[in-house]
Amino acid sequence: MDSVNATSARWVHQNVVVSFRTFAAITGSGFRRYSTYRQATVAGAFTNTVFGFLRCYVLLAVADATAQGLAGGYDRAQLATFVWVGQGLLAVVLLWGWTELADRIRTGDVAGDLLRPVSPVLSYLATDVGRAGHAVVTRLVPPVVTGLIFFDMYLPRRWATVPLFVVSMALAVVACFGCRYLVNASAYWLQDVRGPMIAWTLGSGVLAGLYFPLRFLPDWAAVALWVGTPFPSLLQTPLDVIVERDPPALQAGLVALQAVWVVLLLALCRWVQRRAERKLVIQGG
Amino acid sequence: MVDLRPYVALFRGQARSLASYRASFVLELSTNVFATVMDVLTVLVLFRVSRTLGGFTLHEALLMVGLSSCAFATADLAVGNIERIKFYVRTGLLDAVLVRPLGALPQLLLMDLPLRKLSRCAFGTGVLAFAAATAGVDWTAGRVVLVVAAPLAGAVFFAAIFVVSAAVAFWWVETGEIGNAFTYGGRDFTSYPITVYSGWFRRLFAYGVGFAFVAYYPALALLGRTDPLGLPGWVGYAAPLVAVVAATAATAVWRVGIRHYRSTGS
Repeated sequence: MDSVNATSARWVHQNVVVSFRTFAAITGSGFRRYSTYRQATVAGAFTNTVFGFLRCYVLLAVADATAQGLAGGYDRAQLATFVWVGQGLLAVVLLWGWTELADRIRTGDVAGDLLRPVSPVLSYLATDVGRAGHAVVTRLVPPVVTGLIFFDMYLPRRWATVPLFVVSMALAVVACFGCRYLVNASAYWLQDVRGPMIAWTLGSGVLAGLYFPLRFLPDWAAVALWVGTPFPSLLQTPLDVIVERDPPALQAGLVALQAVWVVLLLALCRWVQRRAERKLVIQGG
Repeated sequence: MVDLRPYVALFRGQARSLASYRASFVLELSTNVFATVMDVLTVLVLFRVSRTLGGFTLHEALLMVGLSSCAFATADLAVGNIERIKFYVRTGLLDAVLVRPLGALPQLLLMDLPLRKLSRCAFGTGVLAFAAATAGVDWTAGRVVLVVAAPLAGAVFFAAIFVVSAAVAFWWVETGEIGNAFTYGGRDFTSYPITVYSGWFRRLFAYGVGFAFVAYYPALALLGRTDPLGLPGWVGYAAPLVAVVAATAATAVWRVGIRHYRSTGS
């Protein structure tokens, strides 16, 4: 008889509505769970705001020192928007600090996840989407409002930009989740994920465009990052969309590239999860 | 005279535990250096876009980056792990520390000394050495003393910031990341000439908290440049004094915090 677990093939085709309801329910509980961490939310928004001031002043100084007042093709107002929306997005996509899966693998609690009738990738994704929804309200808004009070920020001028930004932000959330899941899943093989986690923490900030816009790099390097790695899809793309750095066609193209990365990453997560489960069974764990 | 033997024993235990996972330690040592490499790379990328930053050239700015990263990495190595205090408070591990007849702070630090951060320290020192050699410093006896004293003073200053940030956990257990704004934020702030910042934000971080004295003023004194913001030239040499004040304040806050500590009972 077939083994019964989350990722083994089912012999009955399940109704799509049911799995949609399940996903929505887990998303809702993810939202509620994070709304209980009130002190942590306030502390996080405060820190993002302080870093917003630091980064904004530095990038404005860069723009001031160039001949046309343009740094990497961004003017002062665009840089301000880039920094402040970026500080908010950082918490929405949750670039750092997610080790839940790795911890559960290390302690063996992950066995409980495998017994549930929902694929672990999907159920963690649903929780993460709920968390991101909570973060949009509590972590994206405070830095952006602070930026609007203290700096001249660029506001979108094309009607299509805001809906495109929302799509791009949603794709960034899922893409970032995929990356984090893969880093965490390395615990199935390594037990101790400190190495991959450090590499991820250090690499993701720079390569996603948090410390400086990737357009500050030579063109070939920026293009290579965009096409060859998922990192720019985590922050740089939604930020370039909201500051209208590019003409509409390229703007849409970047979001499409994000979508490609999302599909690739989720497929990879599923594949890694299946491989890991087979290994766990062999271990008898 | 304080008996140092128990602390030495704690440190040796640390070193032994690292030696038993030697490959993992070497890996961590080599990956850890990238945190500081990234900071330096960021500065280089910014200078790729513009020739000057806040009125300073790349070589002058690198001197500040070197001072800042050397000081920060040293402090982070020595006391950075005090950030875990909220974990100790929440799990009640702090109770075990307090009942022992040893200082609470040194115990907490030695229980988990992150020796893997040694590589960052070395890299930061390397950047400082390179910058001091290439920035065209007109060396005098005073400046030679300053180039050694300034990063040490900076390390003491950052250590004080780490301890104060951590002590907040005695009042507010879920401090989350508030401390990061001043520890890592301070590192970022001191990596650039303070002329790039402006308004109340600069006044608060540079003079209110005192971050201007970690890298900016010592660098000006080394370079022999006058301060565009108007402070006299000798201010750079006063940096160690600021560090002493900060360390005294941090000790006081820590003591009050420990006395204020109520066990979670868990």
